[in-house]
Amino acid sequence: MHYKVDAGLYALGQPDDKSSVLVTANYKLSFDTLRSALKGRDLWILVLDTDGINVWCAAGKGTFSTDEIVRRIESSGLEKVVSHRRLIVPQLGAPGVAAHEVKRLSGFKVTYGPVRSQDLPTFIDAGFKATPEMREKTFSTWDRLVLVPVELVPALKAAIIVIPVFAFLAGLGGSSGYWNNLMNHGLLAASALLSGVLAGTILTPILLPWLPGRAFSLKGMVLGLLVALALVFAWDAHPLRAFTSPEQLAWLLIVPALVGYFAMNFTGASTYTSLSGVKKEMGWAVPVQIAAASCGLLLWCWSLFIA
Amino acid sequence: MKRLVYLKDVVTLSLDSEKCSGCGMCLEVCPHKVLARDNGKVRIEDRDACMECGACAKNCPAEALKVSVGVGCATAVINAALGRTSSSCCCVIEPEGSAGDTKSTPTRNSGCC
Repeated sequence: MHYKVDAGLYALGQPDDKSSVLVTANYKLSFDTLRSALKGRDLWILVLDTDGINVWCAAGKGTFSTDEIVRRIESSGLEKVVSHRRLIVPQLGAPGVAAHEVKRLSGFKVTYGPVRSQDLPTFIDAGFKATPEMREKTFSTWDRLVLVPVELVPALKAAIIVIPVFAFLAGLGGSSGYWNNLMNHGLLAASALLSGVLAGTILTPILLPWLPGRAFSLKGMVLGLLVALALVFAWDAHPLRAFTSPEQLAWLLIVPALVGYFAMNFTGASTYTSLSGVKKEMGWAVPVQIAAASCGLLLWCWSLFIA
Repeated sequence: MKRLVYLKDVVTLSLDSEKCSGCGMCLEVCPHKVLARDNGKVRIEDRDACMECGACAKNCPAEALKVSVGVGCATAVINAALGRTSSSCCCVIEPEGSAGDTKSTPTRNSGCC
């Protein structure tokens, strides 16, 4: 994957020695977003080497850093290119950059720009002043929606293998012939697992603010339980139904565990969870998920092969 | 839209008011309006909104703010527990202590990309 641009100093439009200098990461999307937000302006862009990672993540990893800024100022000869000593650094780069250290080491004063690059023109025109709204990292429905594929794609890849295994086992178990069993227990299993995946990776991100609780796992498990209940009731209308109560109960355990797990992993994509919080949440959520899923699986096997 | 807030009373953020010079750099860099300033001193206004990114502590010239820095990512915690390294996934937390003294400097954890 090559989404990198070369680190160094770039000219946007026809900048001179008084033009502003904006700092960004060498992730191609960051660079392109910045360029398109400032179309028609004359500016310098100082691209840091963050190994093709975006500003916020690179700041967390320590590659978008004080040292890298100082190094890039020197290697690009920025002191000779501009007569002023001001750098506009994205606010989300601040976890990796100490403004006072940059000043001490390079003489350049860091001014933190807005969180979103589309606010940059307003920020610059206001004399490098950000409004409180420009300083806040939000997590809108759209922000959450674009993150859906991050979990959905790997989950579907796993489902392609896991669902046929369940369907095959369902055919072997049960009281009727293979195909009858498959069309009963197998269909229930396949639809339960698929709804679990879709609820965990699509519905959870969309419904996040409205799901009860603060812990992501709790939000997911509540949603999972609702989905599982809806599914069990819906399949009750199956004309040839042969489901047993233990089998239905098994899915009422497995689906919430599955959705809770996907929800828990969405903490990494969210913009407001702390590591301390995630560790606290996982302290109870992981054992609960493992217990519910194991009990559910045992119950399912028992209902099909022993009962 | 409703503002999303994570768990109650869990973050490691602390502020030493004695050291605070009231420069306000922390107010600029915080992405969740955790801090506020009145009468030339900063105070923690909304602790539960803190995501421990460490921007405030990093940019405090007076070293008045401290926070144990990390990325709130369950996948990274799982990977760390399973001993996976960055070769398999970018979501990795470095072992405690490897990033230096946790008391004086924030630990540097790598997170999800």
